[in-house]
Amino acid sequence: MSGHDHSRRNRDAAPPSPGSWLGRVLATLVLTAFALFFIVPLAWLLLAPTKTDRELLLDAPFSIGTLSTLVDNWTSLLAFQRGLLWVWLANSAFYCLAALAITLAISIPAGYALALIEFRGRKTLLAVTLVVMLIPSTALVLPIFLELSAVRLIGNPLAAILPFSFFPFGVYLTYIYFSTAISRDLLDAARIDGANEFQVFLKVAMPLATPVIALVGFFSFTSNWNNYFLPYVTLPGRKSPIQVGLAELLSNVPAFNPTNAASTTISLSALALATLIAVAPVLIVFMFAQRFLVTGMTAGGTKG
Amino acid sequence: MTTNPEIPARPARGGRSPGRTGHAEAAQSRVAWLFVGPYTLFLLAFGLLPLIYTIFLAFTKRGAFAGITNFVKVFKDYRFLPAVEHVGLYLAVWLVSLVVLVVLLAVIVHAIGVRWLSTTVRFLFYIPGAVAGASSVMLWLFVLDPTVSPVAFILHGLGLNSFVEAVQADRLPVVLAVIAFWTGAGGWIVVMYGALNNISREVIEAARIDGAGPIRIAWSIQIPLLRKWISYMVILSFAGGTQLFVEPRVLAQASRGVVSQDYSLNQLAFLYAFKQSDFNGSAAISLMLLLVALVLSVAFVFRGGLFERT
Repeated sequence: MSGHDHSRRNRDAAPPSPGSWLGRVLATLVLTAFALFFIVPLAWLLLAPTKTDRELLLDAPFSIGTLSTLVDNWTSLLAFQRGLLWVWLANSAFYCLAALAITLAISIPAGYALALIEFRGRKTLLAVTLVVMLIPSTALVLPIFLELSAVRLIGNPLAAILPFSFFPFGVYLTYIYFSTAISRDLLDAARIDGANEFQVFLKVAMPLATPVIALVGFFSFTSNWNNYFLPYVTLPGRKSPIQVGLAELLSNVPAFNPTNAASTTISLSALALATLIAVAPVLIVFMFAQRFLVTGMTAGGTKG
Repeated sequence: MTTNPEIPARPARGGRSPGRTGHAEAAQSRVAWLFVGPYTLFLLAFGLLPLIYTIFLAFTKRGAFAGITNFVKVFKDYRFLPAVEHVGLYLAVWLVSLVVLVVLLAVIVHAIGVRWLSTTVRFLFYIPGAVAGASSVMLWLFVLDPTVSPVAFILHGLGLNSFVEAVQADRLPVVLAVIAFWTGAGGWIVVMYGALNNISREVIEAARIDGAGPIRIAWSIQIPLLRKWISYMVILSFAGGTQLFVEPRVLAQASRGVVSQDYSLNQLAFLYAFKQSDFNGSAAISLMLLLVALVLSVAFVFRGGLFERT
């Protein structure tokens, strides 16, 4: 459980001296400045789609536009190449959810076995998993591309789904979870009662696995949804997910590409709306997942 | 789950139940491989095999062994050294600001006594983490464009009156570091905050009674105890930063060529594969990048102290 749940700090016991008063003011200023730095771009993004390009250029940055402008921007995005945006979104959903299902199906049993069953090669598998987990996924993108093009899978949805499904961090999270949540004695008791290994897994471990399934699911979904590099090289064109599509939209924005002679153009505020739509699923998941984020990120360094 | 880096190891493993025979153990071992088998296949297919294939491509030319000619060719490429320099500059700016600011902000947030305020501040800090990949760059295109930017007054104050001026080559390491910091720092602040929570209150209290102020406590007690976490952050960020790709690529697309297509090493590897159809050259660059990440990762897993050897 997170440590801050039961650490009650009592900062105000001593009366503040002039020095600490100054310190407080400075600390408050620093915090406010950074809170603004982190939140201003997002706040702007939420408001921009309600404005026309003219309003974006001339009005105050945090003025609120009109609902009808929002609808106009929405319609113009819909119209772009006959709904290509929705194709990209559907692609993203398909790739991420399919990968999520495979990730859970392979990671949960693997993490369970690494944590609770003694077998030959366990330590090696665990060490390799840790090493691969710490390698940034982008480092493997071009190697995976080279491999997939050797087996002619480029352009096939599998070229995103399969690499997305390989998620060593998920195995590690599951391993940590089962190591701490279930004692081996409990499993041994079930075995003595005559349960075989699969029954032990299904009847003892799985009912307790909900938190780690949610955790692995959260990290798998958010990282795959935001992945740009891999699908950019393995799934071009109409098969692209939304992140790649978003960057493609950019070529149709005259404000950024004035020389572009494309017949359909995207306005700046429509581009802002597209950006908002692209991040919305992850943003929503994030809003409800602070605890996941904390536990997951720190688990990366928790002793196993 | 726990956020405690000093947590005692979980209950000792290997306590054999009496009466389990060697035969049963062997059977259990076989069953275990059914559990880990599918994952191991993915590990081989998308971890090990790409590495081996990349090594093969990097040292061959049209299928024949080519020694280090691919590497020599890449090194001699006029775009290679500038790309190394770009990535190096970006890493320097980013890592220094990441360490200094993340630690500073975590210590300050940790000192907030009001629970809801502390939670809110952490939430505000980490929520940009949801906007990663191409979308974060897309959002920053707007922020960096003085004509529409919500912080246009800052850009004008810095003498930047157009988007193109804001992404000039000499400013790019800073711009890229700001974007990376915006997306990623909040998560690390939350992590450091969690680690700070695990420093025992008695230690801090004793120091305070001895007359140590908050700065002294941070410098002498909190930061030394965060060291493992700081090195974890630096290693992961360094490895990730060398892979720079999406940010300069989208900026290149948006800036009408002001940001070059070959700004980073990964972009160069990409150009080799996609523009020059030179998979061997591409593999040579990828392999070098992959080795950097691999060496860091191996060193950290076995020497870093965060992962107990099991």
